[in-house]
Amino acid sequence: MQKITQNQLIDKAVSLLENGSVSAVLGWHKGEFGYDVTPAVFKTKEDLKENFVYSDFCGVNFSKYLVSKTDRFDGKILVFLKPCDTYSFNQLLTEHRFDREKVYAVGIPCEGMADISKIKNITGEGISEIKEDGQNLLVTTIYEDKPVSVPVNDVLLERCVNCKSKKHVAYDELLGEEGDVIDSQRFDEVAKIEAMTPDERFEFWQNELSRCIRCNACRDACPACTCEKCVFDNPSSGVENKAPANSFEEKMFHIIRAYHVAGRCTDCGECSRVCPQNIPLHLLNRKFIKDMNEFYGEYQAGEDVGSRAPLVDYTQDDLEPGEVFDRRDTDA
Amino acid sequence: MLKCSLDKINLIFAEISKTAKLYLPVDDIDKSAVYKKWEVGMNWSDALNTVRSPKDFFFPQMENLMEFKTEGKNIEVIDTRSETEDFVIFGVRACDVKSFEILDRVFLAEPVDSYYASRREKGIIVSTACSKPAETCFCKTFGISPEEPLGDVSTWKTENEIFFKANTKKGEALLEKIKAFTEDCDKSAVNEQKEKICRVTSKLPLKDLTTDAFGGGKTENFFDNPAWDELSQACLGCGTCTFVCPTCQCYDIKDFNTGNGVIRFRCWDSCMYSDFTKMAHGNNRLTQKERFRQRFMHKLVYYPENNEGVFSCVGCGRCLAKCPISMNIVKVMKKIGGSDK
Repeated sequence: MQKITQNQLIDKAVSLLENGSVSAVLGWHKGEFGYDVTPAVFKTKEDLKENFVYSDFCGVNFSKYLVSKTDRFDGKILVFLKPCDTYSFNQLLTEHRFDREKVYAVGIPCEGMADISKIKNITGEGISEIKEDGQNLLVTTIYEDKPVSVPVNDVLLERCVNCKSKKHVAYDELLGEEGDVIDSQRFDEVAKIEAMTPDERFEFWQNELSRCIRCNACRDACPACTCEKCVFDNPSSGVENKAPANSFEEKMFHIIRAYHVAGRCTDCGECSRVCPQNIPLHLLNRKFIKDMNEFYGEYQAGEDVGSRAPLVDYTQDDLEPGEVFDRRDTDA
Repeated sequence: MLKCSLDKINLIFAEISKTAKLYLPVDDIDKSAVYKKWEVGMNWSDALNTVRSPKDFFFPQMENLMEFKTEGKNIEVIDTRSETEDFVIFGVRACDVKSFEILDRVFLAEPVDSYYASRREKGIIVSTACSKPAETCFCKTFGISPEEPLGDVSTWKTENEIFFKANTKKGEALLEKIKAFTEDCDKSAVNEQKEKICRVTSKLPLKDLTTDAFGGGKTENFFDNPAWDELSQACLGCGTCTFVCPTCQCYDIKDFNTGNGVIRFRCWDSCMYSDFTKMAHGNNRLTQKERFRQRFMHKLVYYPENNEGVFSCVGCGRCLAKCPISMNIVKVMKKIGGSDK
């Protein structure tokens, strides 16, 4: 597949800005070291030409930003969406979280985004420059004279390793070629945890969740978490907590969050990408997705706009709670 | 100056552990480093630094301050503190050592925070020079020397050896304890190591970052800068930067209802959070822009104003590495400090 280039995106953005189709562009602003790009709103051609970047480090899912940004501008905002982002886009529309009329969505193909921590495991710290070289990244550090060539495929973000779709499910315009829904192996990791004994499973999650620092980055990045006021931030709720008071609370935050987004989580993987402690939080959500697929038939949140998720729908074929209980004995 | 072969470092850890709890950076399950209590079989991590800073040792994320129990019309007030034991933190980087001084200026100023003070008194800090700084490092901007870390004892690691120098009485006592494993040596190897580190730091991408534009008394210069809108526009409002930061010191005090009483605890707070410093009249910072501005104004203007010009950032680079949207103090300093090119 032809890789989309930064200049193609800049040209597209400039032409849409200049012909008045959009009044602002949601894009990636260049950083200090070649990998630390920041989401930004661009309003001028000059700003786009100087600061807009598109590289293997543009993992941020822009869909959630539309909730806050679409209200702030007259006219439309241009957003570039990778295939996985379009699922969140649809899901947010299903939940009436932003005005579709105020967005011009350009679908862009994606071959997977790079994880800087995986790159550093190969090159070490001290990165001074990263250049794209076909399917590889040429990484220069202050410690070596010559750049190290790292194949992008070896350093993909976890969510890209388990990419579920190269197909866009929403856009006004598509750049490049459309891809297909992929038969991913994303439930294999869940199956591994399911195969553990309850004690092993408890230990696995205890080890992972005890490392949580309650920064809330998983929640704040999550496109399914768009409550105006989260119960955990609300001093009047009685359950607000800024720090886990004990090991139960430590787990409660993540488990409650996983329940809250069940059926709405598109498995975009932002939660694990942003976690400063690298906790594989997506596995909790993915477990729910796997269960729903098994209990109620295949369902992909965000595949379209307006469909009812199994947990908020009723059919006469629905599983009885007792059946779920019986399966537990045979499966786990 | 003392030295020891790195092969014997675990013997030294074992010796220190006999009389004090020893904490050092070890590899975590995700390959990052974390401070853990040393036990036989644990190895000192090669990572540059830990994700969580060592401020936890003196200012833990959560601690119980006191307890109240009610019975009939009586309220019993219980001091929940346990006696702090001696402990040693090993392998602290120069930036993090400096962060303790910044916390001290807050917690040890009158009225002294006795919870913090008792831990500071019992803690012994063994620092280690940084032989391989990361691109995110900018401690030199704040006058910190990664080649000359402070603390009670300073150490330098070369390929096969480790060198020790005591800086305080506490440090001398610690080195006395491990005397059997070390031998005297001159400064030549350490000097060579320091020169090597300086050659590396002169190549760091952020080496030219300065604090010239900032400092106490400059609130007016920056407060209404229109750039805050742009800088804060993508901020998620999470607490990552504040919780990995070694100098962020804000906390909240809350009551946990136990049914027949209350546990009063203190926990880290974050100026990025919507209920930060919420008062009876409501909240004084209504948007993320104002919360975002508070964090950087505090580090670059308000704190130095109250602390003889000392900035409350040590350039450890944790926020650069961990912010989910890669917005950080360096980008803020360059943008509003006028060196953004």
